[in-house]
Amino acid sequence: MQPMAFALSPAREQQIALLLERYPTKRAACLPVLWLCQREHGWISPEVIVFVAERLDLSTAVVKGVVTFYTMFFEHPVAPNVVWVCRTLSCELRGAKAIQEHLENRLKCKVGGTSEDGKFTLLKAECLAACGQAPMIQINDKYFENLSLQELDDIIDSVERETELPTASLANETPAQNHGASP
Amino acid sequence: MDDFKPILTARYGVENNQAISVAEQHGVYSVARRALTEMTPGQILEQVKAASIRGRGGAGFPAGVKWGFLRPQEGQSVYLVLNGDESEPGTFKDRTLMTRDPHRLIEGILCSCYAIGAHTAYIYVRGELAAAIDVLEAALKEARAAGYVGARPFGQDFPIEVWTHSGAGAYICGEETALLNSLEGRRGEPRYKPPFPANKGVFGQPTIVNNIETIQSVPDILDMGGDAWASLSRLERDGGTRLYGISGHVKKPGVYEAPVGITMRELIYGLGGGMLHDDRALKAVIPGGSSTPVLRPDRKVRANKKDHPLHQWHGLSEIDVPMGVDTYRALGTMLGTTCAIVMDESVSMVEACRNLMRFYKHESCGQCTPCREGGGWLVDVLDGLCSGTNRPEDVELLVDIANNMMGNTICAFAEGTAMPLLGFVRQFPEEFSAAAQSGLPKSTRLDDSTRALLGSAA
Ligand SMILES: Cc1cc2nc3c(=O)[nH]c(=O)nc-3n(C[C@H](O)[C@H](O)[C@H](O)COP(=O)(O)O)c2cc1C
Ligand code: SF4
Ligand code: FES
Repeated sequence: MQPMAFALSPAREQQIALLLERYPTKRAACLPVLWLCQREHGWISPEVIVFVAERLDLSTAVVKGVVTFYTMFFEHPVAPNVVWVCRTLSCELRGAKAIQEHLENRLKCKVGGTSEDGKFTLLKAECLAACGQAPMIQINDKYFENLSLQELDDIIDSVERETELPTASLANETPAQNHGASP
Repeated sequence: MDDFKPILTARYGVENNQAISVAEQHGVYSVARRALTEMTPGQILEQVKAASIRGRGGAGFPAGVKWGFLRPQEGQSVYLVLNGDESEPGTFKDRTLMTRDPHRLIEGILCSCYAIGAHTAYIYVRGELAAAIDVLEAALKEARAAGYVGARPFGQDFPIEVWTHSGAGAYICGEETALLNSLEGRRGEPRYKPPFPANKGVFGQPTIVNNIETIQSVPDILDMGGDAWASLSRLERDGGTRLYGISGHVKKPGVYEAPVGITMRELIYGLGGGMLHDDRALKAVIPGGSSTPVLRPDRKVRANKKDHPLHQWHGLSEIDVPMGVDTYRALGTMLGTTCAIVMDESVSMVEACRNLMRFYKHESCGQCTPCREGGGWLVDVLDGLCSGTNRPEDVELLVDIANNMMGNTICAFAEGTAMPLLGFVRQFPEEFSAAAQSGLPKSTRLDDSTRALLGSAA
């Protein structure tokens, strides 16, 4: 059986045209179009690669080469909630390993795996530019920072109940202090 | 210092500053209006040169000098590309600029585009910072509606378009030529230099790549005048105020603005609020992102000779030297992004080093053999060291591998891997030899000082 050809929703399809206006070459739209597709489809399937290649006049080998280079493009299906635990030094100094252990126990899966209920994929991340708010995790597009184990549980609870996530933060919870050093 | 007035972060506390009306009430866009209507591009460049602003992305290259390299030929289009990849471990400052004062960033872009003759700017933001991209997109929409971005900014016949571009997870895309490849829709692999981006950058055109903070400082420079802005710094040839980050074992981790040239001691004990636990001493600090060699507070500056650049600080602790691009180079480390990672006495330096080397192993783009193989090999040897293989010669092996990674690669990533490794071994030789003898205790973790603070789950 032939795999189903991939197509974007009409709204996203319209966005492709707008994206192409941003660059002097079609190829430059490769990452943004891949993002559109992943937002629609959840991962970059072989059909998505064919779709992107055709739309941007590239070979599928080129598109595939791009996809494999970047860690945020999923080459395999993932759960609807992808949980990234930052394990780089600043987070590690503030308990990131304990955060990961807690998540592994709670979700009953190891890093790299998907929870039994299929709702979460747990992955290890490298520094996510939130080092001053460590420890932290990212769930899909949202950052959760300055975590305690209790807050971590609350976050997972609300995802499981599919309620509004509690405290996603945009930047530092604590505003930058605008004063000089006076030791 | 107590009367220090924030400049770059002056609007961080303003509620709803992401809205153009609020930002404008607080002065945003007034500088760009004046620059585009009353100044020539040459006058802007002069001010940026006078400001002695050193690039805030880590390498510390003077921005005015870089801009001066541009020599576009007839028919070429100049591009401005902003580096918002912010992926160097320990670094988390540009994110606050993008989300807390997005219109000031756009204002900086308008001034800079006009100065260098660019009609298009791209803001390259790491893919994980989707929230920051949303803020920027919303701000750009407002700026277009106001007519500041588009065909006739402030009524001038100098069209400027500004676009965001999302990365997709790859540290190496912070390296400027890798970033340009990624922007062109390619794998984020660094390019050979020369040609430098100023000659042949994105889409084969002359391109200036600058860090977010560098560009966001431009309106402040034009507002105050380059000389006045430069003199906010405590150092020469390294002007202004800048963002400092501090993470790890301090009471008040976060992002702070202060003059160029404060000391690491001031950053840790002043801005950072001091050590997290009063009874656990400072053991080491990585000064400006993971690629910068570690400092040790009980090491003294050796600069006996009168003509040594650090002579003034001879005999003081390493953390008492002012933080500047040139002073830190003389100290044997690098200023980097001035985002420090603070470690107390509970931390094993071998384990900290291993954590970072795993990062570099993971992030090498793999084009150059010394980098691809060297990074993996360093981790293997460190793994052996930690598990107690009892091979004292392994410490020397680490140093050999690192030395062979330097100077033999397409980009500076390999040096950024080797230098911190060499720094750890040089600063803490006793810990590395002890580990080589008997390994690390099985219970070694990096979070011994903080695990209890996470509380317990219900
Ligand atoms: C491996 C590597 C990673 C880098 N990552 C970043 C980064 O995340 N952000 C950044 O602004 N510069 C980064 N740089 C420095 C850039 O190559 C470039 O020097 C900088 O963006 C220039 O801007 P500036 O002169 O305003 O600092 C990196 C360099 C290397 C070698
Ligand atoms: S030094 Fe490393 S990261 Fe840089 S181009 Fe070579 S392999 Fe890639
Ligand atoms: S180390 Fe975790 S966000 Fe930087």
